[in-house]
Amino acid sequence: MEHILFVIFGAIAVGGALMVVTRRHPMVSAIYLILTLFAVAALFVLRQAHFLAAIQVIVYAGAVVVLFIFVIMLINVPDKKLPVERATGLRFLGVIVAGLFIVETAVIARRAGEPASRGVDAGSVQAVGRALFGDYLLAFEVTSVLLLAGVIGAIALAKKKI
Amino acid sequence: MMEPSAYLLLSGILFGIGAAGVVARKNALVILMSVEIMLNGVNVAFIAIGSSLGDVTGSVFAFMVMTVAAAEAAVGLSILIAIYRLKETIDITELSILKW
Repeated sequence: MEHILFVIFGAIAVGGALMVVTRRHPMVSAIYLILTLFAVAALFVLRQAHFLAAIQVIVYAGAVVVLFIFVIMLINVPDKKLPVERATGLRFLGVIVAGLFIVETAVIARRAGEPASRGVDAGSVQAVGRALFGDYLLAFEVTSVLLLAGVIGAIALAKKKI
Repeated sequence: MMEPSAYLLLSGILFGIGAAGVVARKNALVILMSVEIMLNGVNVAFIAIGSSLGDVTGSVFAFMVMTVAAAEAAVGLSILIAIYRLKETIDITELSILKW
């Protein structure tokens, strides 16, 4: 069962990602990005990481992509002013290198061994919460400083006059 | 539960697609979205390994990556707004004022 669901959601995620990088208009890309993020959230559920799946939907699909869509609408680049993508040699080379990276991962992933332990509940809200507010408390608190810096930076940068 | 190797392959594919988008596109908005895809690919690897080892650290790291991704998107998009206000373009090949 997990195999079938993995293939389905993995194919949706990869297909959505391909559409994101190939569509011309950024709004279409943003919609396909939502598709990819939801498929990845489903993969998290398959791996019993329920907390991360919920966060993925709320933070990514709910906040980050909405931010993207807001900005696309805000700057509202007219269709004829969208950058014209030309297949130059360097870009082509970059895509080939990215493809080589995928092949490389495939070779390495085939050597990934058996899981050491199975069936342990490692992604539930309780387990993640205990880790976040226990062993990783300092990192968690520093995260809030990072988000504060992000908020202040975003406002300061996007403001017309400070 | 499945072995993590299939998830690792998927994570590599997502990362590679995102990397291809970053190097090949000229639209700055799409480049930022490709970066999000790359970060998601990394998260898939974290979750797959973490859950197959029965360790919660994978989830914690994925959580941190998501925080960084959210902050990065906010700051990156506001930089984009500032650039668009200044130069009226989101084509990264036209933004070469730092080049000499």
